Amino acid sequence: MTGTKVSKFLTKDSYLNELAGSKKNSKNGQTSQIKGKYGKYGGQYVPEILMPALEELEEGYEQYKNDPEFLAELDHYLRDFAGRETPLYFARNLSKKYGSKIYLKREDLVHGGAHKLNNAMGQALLAKYMGKTRLIAETGAGQHGTATAMAGANLGFETVVYMGAKDVKRQQMNAYRMELMGTEVKTVETGSKTLKDAINEAFRDWVTNIGNTHYLIGSVVGPHPYPVIVRDFQSVIGREVKEQILQKEGRMPDSIIACAGGGSNAMGIFYPFVEDTEVKLIAVEAGGKALKCTEKAALHSACLCAGEEGILHGARTKVLQDKNGQILESESVSAGLDYSGVGPELAYLSESGRVTARYATDNEALEAFHELSRLEGIIPALESSHALAYLKKASEAGELGEVVVVNLSGRGDKDLETVLSLRRGI
Amino acid sequence: MERQKISEKFSELREREEGALICYVMAGDPSAERTNEIVKALVNGGADIIELGFPFSDPVADGPTIQVAGQRALAAGMDTQRYFELVKALDVQIPLVCMTYYNPVFKYGVEKFVEQAADAGISGLIVPDIPVEEAADLKNSCEKNGLDLIFLIAPTTTEGRVRKILEKGSGFLYLVSRLGVTGAREDISSSTRKLLSRIETELPKAVGFGISTGKQAEEVRKEGADAVIVGSAFVKIIEEGKDVNESLEALARELKSGIRRAS
Repeated sequence: MTGTKVSKFLTKDSYLNELAGSKKNSKNGQTSQIKGKYGKYGGQYVPEILMPALEELEEGYEQYKNDPEFLAELDHYLRDFAGRETPLYFARNLSKKYGSKIYLKREDLVHGGAHKLNNAMGQALLAKYMGKTRLIAETGAGQHGTATAMAGANLGFETVVYMGAKDVKRQQMNAYRMELMGTEVKTVETGSKTLKDAINEAFRDWVTNIGNTHYLIGSVVGPHPYPVIVRDFQSVIGREVKEQILQKEGRMPDSIIACAGGGSNAMGIFYPFVEDTEVKLIAVEAGGKALKCTEKAALHSACLCAGEEGILHGARTKVLQDKNGQILESESVSAGLDYSGVGPELAYLSESGRVTARYATDNEALEAFHELSRLEGIIPALESSHALAYLKKASEAGELGEVVVVNLSGRGDKDLETVLSLRRGI
Repeated sequence: MERQKISEKFSELREREEGALICYVMAGDPSAERTNEIVKALVNGGADIIELGFPFSDPVADGPTIQVAGQRALAAGMDTQRYFELVKALDVQIPLVCMTYYNPVFKYGVEKFVEQAADAGISGLIVPDIPVEEAADLKNSCEKNGLDLIFLIAPTTTEGRVRKILEKGSGFLYLVSRLGVTGAREDISSSTRKLLSRIETELPKAVGFGISTGKQAEEVRKEGADAVIVGSAFVKIIEEGKDVNESLEALARELKSGIRRAS
């Protein structure tokens, strides 16, 4: 059992059937959700030029998501290239400390050091089946850019990754990693010179080159069908967890904790459990310095906890914005969570109460980073450290339950410089 | 002050068999105070309609020229309230169109934004990141307040989508001359010609994206456009900051005579 078969689950969106916005599909008489809407969230807020490209992508995805040949090939790449399935590791020392059985889903062991390749490989393969020859992507810290570079190199694409000038400076090694794999890294000098500007620039590229280019979005954000596609490709995480925890514990976990920036690792591990209402799903956002905003910027990246409804990068969701609807820059010690928006489905699940949104500050995450390193000999990514940081808060609040799964979405090697310079007080 | 409506302007021009020049500048760039004289210069040069951008932090449909102009305007303190005050006070009689992105409208409140736009003397709205499928609220508010909601059609827009857009659009149709974002370019592609010939509508067809010279304006008008939209070329003059008013007026004049030559 590799646990990577996608077909059975890719068509499953039944939990959305009872949403207010759902309606009967007159063609086949089945109930289905309105295209790309999660309650009031989601949709397609993009320039007209992109609409045909989104329609083409949706058609392509519908065509191949249940295609046996596509699925077999994806299964092969996920197993032999990405290294799936990843272990569900019982963290003995951590468990002892917090008095619950704590399991870590080891996405840090995926090729490239994070869950990002699950989606990048899926989308790159889809693009290949759709006859595209060029991949573009945005990246903040460089994890998604690296995953795209890997998939692009492996499948023979011309690959371009947009990265904010500030991030290129902060993450030189990641930029170099991408270049080693033949990817062109384009530095974005506009706006705040970070992830959201890299996304803007990738959209502009796509608008200009839609004929041969696939825009490989790295999280469950953006216009429909991206939130669905990325969620489906990341759902392999949750499907594996479900089988693994049943084998190990003979029952469902009481809670699942994942960090959330855009929300791809969270949606990936949550989605197969959404209908299992006995399982508490907790998304931990980046609380940054504090849950406050100055006039020009937020001191955090917690859109679910402290954002407001808005439209960003093609979707209606929770965003960080000022009173005039200008998007605020976000902040977090973890570049992968440092984003002013969040996936629309996660916004919906959080508002409906199915997902509990919490946050951890920079300092709490750093503490958890050190704790896991010492207790278990695993250096977590700063992103994942936010999920780990919530263990402490939750155990104090008696919120953890008996069996807990934490999504260890990435490894922390990429963060050593950041952590070191913080310790030196630079 | 009473300003002309978009439809009035086009029927006036049609009687004279003349094409329209639509000029775009960003409100509040480089400052709210300067916008009035900038708009005046464009009107003196022959502008028939003014598109006044309201800046957004993340303008995905715009190229670097207009994005940077938006950043300048925001840095100089432009916000929704000031925008409407500024527009209201503008000393022009030709139609004014507001161009912005959906989030500022949504955040301010769609109904409230459209009401205040109408009150400020704006007669049309262009929101490039809202496709016709998501535009129901905005369309309702615009109809209620007598504003035209102007949609874009791109070379990639399918026939099915063109029909939907023609059902909802009013004022004029904004035809995107080529793939890409806003910004001055040398060639006006053959896709413009195709686009103009395949769209059948009573609405005036305005072509934009990439036009910056009188010669290009002449070509586009010859191909059958009812209007030519120019933005980045004006914004660049403002950015460079040299003899701004004179240069804006001269460029508008050049464009307008190009259009007239073809008429």
